[in-house]
Amino acid sequence: MAETDIQAATTAKAAICSRGVTRDFKAGQQTITVLHGIDVDIRAGELTYVVGESGSGKTTLISIMCGILWPTEGEVKVFGTDIYDLSDTELVEFRLNNIGFIFQQYNLIPSIDAANNAAVPLIAQGMDRLEAREKAVAMLEKLNIGNQAGKLPSQLSGGQQQRVAIARALVHEPRLVVCDEPTAALDAASGRRVMDLLREVAVAEDRACIIVTHDNRVFDLADRILVLEDGRITHDGSEMPEGH
Amino acid sequence: MIWIAIRMLTGDAQKFYGLVFGIAFSTLLITQQLTIFVNLIERGASGTYNVSSADVWVMDPVSRTTDVNFPMPSTALDKVRGVTGVEWAVPHLRAGASVRTSEGDLEGVSVIGVDDATLIGLPKRMTVGSPDVLSQPDSVIIDDVGLTRMFEDGRSPIGERLELNDQRAVIRGVADAIPSFTSQVTLYTKYSQALRYVPGTRNRLSFVLVGAEHGVSPEELTRRIEEQTGLRARTRDEFAQDGVDFIIQNTGIPLNFGITVLLGFIVGVAIVGLTFSLFIRDNIKQFGALKAIGVTNGKIRKMVAAQAGLVGLIGYGLGVLGTVFFIWGFSGNPTFKGFYIPWQIPLISMAAVFVILALTGWLALRNVLKTEPASVFR
Ligand SMILES: Nc1ncnc2c1ncn2[C@@H]1O[C@H](COP(=O)(O)OP(=O)(O)OP(=O)(O)O)[C@@H](O)[C@H]1O
Ligand SMILES: [Mg+2]
Repeated sequence: MAETDIQAATTAKAAICSRGVTRDFKAGQQTITVLHGIDVDIRAGELTYVVGESGSGKTTLISIMCGILWPTEGEVKVFGTDIYDLSDTELVEFRLNNIGFIFQQYNLIPSIDAANNAAVPLIAQGMDRLEAREKAVAMLEKLNIGNQAGKLPSQLSGGQQQRVAIARALVHEPRLVVCDEPTAALDAASGRRVMDLLREVAVAEDRACIIVTHDNRVFDLADRILVLEDGRITHDGSEMPEGH
Repeated sequence: MIWIAIRMLTGDAQKFYGLVFGIAFSTLLITQQLTIFVNLIERGASGTYNVSSADVWVMDPVSRTTDVNFPMPSTALDKVRGVTGVEWAVPHLRAGASVRTSEGDLEGVSVIGVDDATLIGLPKRMTVGSPDVLSQPDSVIIDDVGLTRMFEDGRSPIGERLELNDQRAVIRGVADAIPSFTSQVTLYTKYSQALRYVPGTRNRLSFVLVGAEHGVSPEELTRRIEEQTGLRARTRDEFAQDGVDFIIQNTGIPLNFGITVLLGFIVGVAIVGLTFSLFIRDNIKQFGALKAIGVTNGKIRKMVAAQAGLVGLIGYGLGVLGTVFFIWGFSGNPTFKGFYIPWQIPLISMAAVFVILALTGWLALRNVLKTEPASVFR
């Protein structure tokens, strides 16, 4: 049995392979390095948490992993595709078909209702609008806000808006789901419900889910926890390290 | 996605109306000013259009338009009649005169002497009376613009006595004529009568109007007349164009209207450009999120094009409608008599609207297309 076969088998299981990922930002004259050569595999079939202090680079890392922020150096493979090797249009289409994300800013479209907002990825994929809307309403129902489907974002509370954003991230059943602080705006019960739903929808044989969180109420739900400190991974295990 | 684009646009009512207004205003300004411009300079040809039966106008070689003419000796008429291909040729006199009304007002008029026998030279239609009235002594026919100018109170001009260059004249009819560029009062009378009204030297024949024989083209006939008589001959269309060209070359009108049309364009670019880029900027996060989710730049371009298209269509429609209402509303005013919107003008303003929207849309879009998707989530 050749070694390459074993390697191929492991990379197939890896939803994301990050190799030497570095990211610099220019702040005036200075260049600050936020990520220092991140090497990590995110496995399919697992719920992976990224935790760390504010400013440690969590948002930057997952943005690079989901194809919306270019690394300064290094490469990222998502389900075997070197995403930063794709052309702009190919990358956009790759995101549309494979990735869902929930960021702290929801950026919902103010003039269309919750269901249509949640249906955007399906509409962008070319699905008929009413059919897409129906699927979106079903997703909103799973998130317990089916009765808000016809409301405009401005008529919803912060937590409800977030659930619309979550529905939008999950509605097209992407293989990779990336979330930045999905439970920050929610009470404990809603937070657990969201996590359960993410696990249900986003964690499967060939799917993966990465969640950035500070929320120690939900740490027990993770399969794997990565701790980021100053742009380096300092802990990788199924539990939080001692002292956190 | 187009549906979403349209909802994004109409969801912000204030900016939507701002955009529609900007386009409508630009369209109105451009269409209305171009329409007035074209109609106004076409007034330079009204003298020719009013005599629709003449195929060819013959004149002294230095004459330029119906109003800028140098009289010829009366022998010119016979010379023209001798040219083969001339079916008929009649004398035509055009000269300025002053008239005093019975109230004592003084008015500059133009006197047109038409052929005694055939009355060729009169406008085709009369609004009051018939051409035959010219056979009565001292008869003149006034044009309808002159009528509103000289009889503002609306009383009937028929039977009114005028003092025309110290001669007696009686108005016995009103002609339906296209006003001249200056909207001057015009009095039509028989050629022989006109010679009495207009004092002058031996030479008072302004034009010889010619009808071509069947089968002879006006162009061919002008060539023959010029060759054989040494006079200048122009077809009706050429002479109409001469009148228009004269106004273009000798007045500030093209420049003035050109400036207004340009202003309309600039105002459009300014209002629409500002509002459109504000609209896009307000929605840059949404566009960014769409991009991040997986909407390609090409589709985003199409979305913005749909937004621009909708605004353009509504605004343009309103602007053209506004022009139509304007022209229609003033159609009773003699200055605007016969004004129409040439079909080329709405096309020109449509092109202008297209350029305005394409330009501002492109400028506003550049930011959207450049943004790194991650930046909208920070
Ligand atoms: N676009 C940017 N331009 C300049 N600096 C940036 C940019 N994005 C991130 N940074 C910097 O990179 C560092 C890491 O930012 P990041 O948002 O990844 O932190 P985080 O771990 O997500 O923090 P938090 O928990 O507060 O969300 C911060 O110091 C931040 O100021
Ligand atoms: Mg963050």
